[in-house]
Amino acid sequence: MEKKIITDFENMYKNSSLNNELKFRKEFLKKFIEKGFPSKKLESWKFSDLNQIINKNIEKLIFYNNSTKSHKIDESLYLNNIEHNKMVFINGKLEEIKLEHEDNNKIKISKETKIENNSFKDNALLDLNNAFSVYNYKIHVENGYNVKKPIIIYHTTNKELNSTNINIQLNFLLGENSSLKVIDTFNDISDKNFINIYYNFDLKKDSVLKNFKLDNLINNNIKYSFNNIDQDTNSISETFILSNGSKFLKNEINCNLKGKYSSAFVNAIFSLSENRHHEIKTNINHLVENTKSYQLIKSVLDNSSKSVYQGKIYVDKDAQKTDGYQLSKAILLNEDSEFNAKPELEIYADDVKCSHGSASGSLNENSIFYLRSRGLNYKEAKNLLIKGFLLDVIEKITDDEIKNIIKFTMGLSG
Amino acid sequence: MREKEIEKLKDYKYGFSTDIENFKAPKGLNEEVIRFISKIKKEPQWLLDWRLKAFERLKVLKEPDWQKPKYPKINYQDLYYYSAPKSFKEKPKSLDELDPKLLETYKKLGIPLQEQKRLNNIAVDAVFDSVSVATTFKDKLTEKGIIFCSISEAVQKHPELVKKYLGTVIPLSDHFFATLNSAVFTDGSFVYIPPNTRCPMELSTYFRINASDTGQFERTLIIADKGSYVSYLEGCTAPMRDENQLHAANVELIALDDAEIKYSTVQNWYPGDEDGKGGIYNFVTKRGLCKGINSKISWTQVETGSAITWKYPSCILQGDNSIGEFYSIAITNNHQKADTGTKMIHIGKNTKSKIISKGISAGKSDMTYRGLVDIFKKAKNSSNYTQCDSLLMGNKCGAHTIPYIKNKNSDSTIAHEATTSKISEEQLYYCQQRGLSSEEAVSLIVNGFCKEVLQQLPMEFAVEAQKLVGISLEGSVG
Repeated sequence: MEKKIITDFENMYKNSSLNNELKFRKEFLKKFIEKGFPSKKLESWKFSDLNQIINKNIEKLIFYNNSTKSHKIDESLYLNNIEHNKMVFINGKLEEIKLEHEDNNKIKISKETKIENNSFKDNALLDLNNAFSVYNYKIHVENGYNVKKPIIIYHTTNKELNSTNINIQLNFLLGENSSLKVIDTFNDISDKNFINIYYNFDLKKDSVLKNFKLDNLINNNIKYSFNNIDQDTNSISETFILSNGSKFLKNEINCNLKGKYSSAFVNAIFSLSENRHHEIKTNINHLVENTKSYQLIKSVLDNSSKSVYQGKIYVDKDAQKTDGYQLSKAILLNEDSEFNAKPELEIYADDVKCSHGSASGSLNENSIFYLRSRGLNYKEAKNLLIKGFLLDVIEKITDDEIKNIIKFTMGLSG
Repeated sequence: MREKEIEKLKDYKYGFSTDIENFKAPKGLNEEVIRFISKIKKEPQWLLDWRLKAFERLKVLKEPDWQKPKYPKINYQDLYYYSAPKSFKEKPKSLDELDPKLLETYKKLGIPLQEQKRLNNIAVDAVFDSVSVATTFKDKLTEKGIIFCSISEAVQKHPELVKKYLGTVIPLSDHFFATLNSAVFTDGSFVYIPPNTRCPMELSTYFRINASDTGQFERTLIIADKGSYVSYLEGCTAPMRDENQLHAANVELIALDDAEIKYSTVQNWYPGDEDGKGGIYNFVTKRGLCKGINSKISWTQVETGSAITWKYPSCILQGDNSIGEFYSIAITNNHQKADTGTKMIHIGKNTKSKIISKGISAGKSDMTYRGLVDIFKKAKNSSNYTQCDSLLMGNKCGAHTIPYIKNKNSDSTIAHEATTSKISEEQLYYCQQRGLSSEEAVSLIVNGFCKEVLQQLPMEFAVEAQKLVGISLEGSVG
């Protein structure tokens, strides 16, 4: 792999005019080569051996991705039941930015070559991302501006893409008292690629971020998505994850509550079948007093699927009056399905309220019996119970319009 | 040649803790020392081979380093692996023959062996350093066919049982400390309960670390044959010592069809002084195997001592309908550190497990609950319930919960709950208003917090443990 990755790296930046920035990237490449793809030997990859998954599913991974070639946008993919702004990525290249509903002085998207020198030392995949991301896109929301319509980021890949590694890096800056909604949708017609996405959110005072990640089209790609969220005083972040379509998907959320009265919410649904293997890992760091976090993760697992939830609440010794809550529940529908959880609390302050719960099992036979005695057949009863189980998470979404769209996409509306 | 060396060693004197003369194997870990231990204990060849096999394995194994409490590197070549009170070369037949100084030491620890024999219905197999010193109530047990003796004695008298079961729950090559123990273990208890027998009394052992620089490597093996029941108690204290001492014991429990083993521990070893100097390293491997159908193993532990406690009493639920239970109170104060919890491995059908863990940290201490619940594909209709609560006192201590939950069976249910909180001002105020001092109030509240676990202990221990909970937290309020 080592030779391949170096030649791919050289090809990638053959015609680029980056000088100093290239040196930076080379360092990250070196770091990645040293570590390689994470395997289960690492605690954070204990339940999902990415190295093995990549070797098993992708024969020969290509790191080179032609960044100059343009692709035609398939407009039929656009969601038409909601007014929105667009960012369209095709095969890792940003093809279109449309902020048609916004004041262009208040929200700006810029393309930069300078990569963010992030501080996640142990994350080989971020090193890889830094090395191969040609551009770093910056979305800057000015102080006091509420972005009117959500930005939908279309992550699409077409059939031309195969066995390729794609890296995307976005940086969001939310100024004081601003707000932003971001929806990520994934439309993959491609097969067997490794897609590596890194988002960084910087939330200033009193800002509000809502991020929805909807992975619901069946595809055979392997994906890793990392969200880093830094929060200042009184800011709110809300993340919703629908983990459903990809062959393998790991969503990682690292949230630093740095300002007093800031709060973070993570709600997620795993709805898996057919050998899907998905994971969510969260790290909520309560660093100052009076911060709050809430996490609700629910899984419905069918046909040899596997879901993993690793959630950690860290409470610093200065973070008195922390309120942290974490709940993960799973329904196993099939004998071959598997649920693994590692809900972790690391607490150094005494005046805190922290708890976590985790439960897994099959559908409640008594409930099914009750429904059947009311005239439903077994299948209807089962579906109704699952629907109720999952709606609980969706009801946590605070934006009604988006909530309805998600219900609609999941077939849970009505 | 070797004979001569051993003779020389017998005369070797070192700084003693009490005036009882000890003799020791030379410092260091090597084949010679293992052969020496085996020889002095008059062990059969197969056991020596077993030890040497473990030692071979040990050369390849690495010391684990994933645990939360870090400790300075232990120099295994600088430890003594065998020491025995000299006057015991000829074993005493009754308590009266015991070294009076030894009896006095026990009295200081509040274990009046003589009185206990008369007043309590407990057979005491006291381990002083590494060799069993006295076994009481033997006749009563022999009547029932129960074997309760030191493991060295069992090797001599019941080799077939030892050979059959030793190392079946904790294999030779399990992990670094277990393998180390397998290579150099000196003594410990052996219990065998014959089929359809209910052990008429609580079996108990008091462990005590005495000699300086001596790692203590006990080996306990308890076998409950079909339809039998036994309750085993283990309690520990250790005198003041400045250097850290290593304690790496192995405890193996085997329950056959319809058998039940209840294993209770009160651990109050020297935790180091207020600045975190000294104290015992308690790295113990405890594992129970529910081998037969309808078998049950229950662990209860009260961990208040040791500088570092690092242990996970576990249950392997192999037999169908078997039950595993784990009740734990862990209290850390000053600079103490604990990383403890349990593992419940569900292999058989209809297996059940229950985990209740209460952690209390005060001062500058650090406490971790780490547990694993693993339900295998074939373990249909299994269930687990876990509850781990932590109580924090002060903002210089830490409390952590790291449960691993693996469910591979759709018919099985797992429920896990954990909370972390502090003693509320209202509760304290209420107690103080009723005339309790703040320390008494804390002790009362903490005892209430722990009640679920304390009531699992046998009567004799429950009272002692309750006092211990209060004593351990002295000076942590205010």
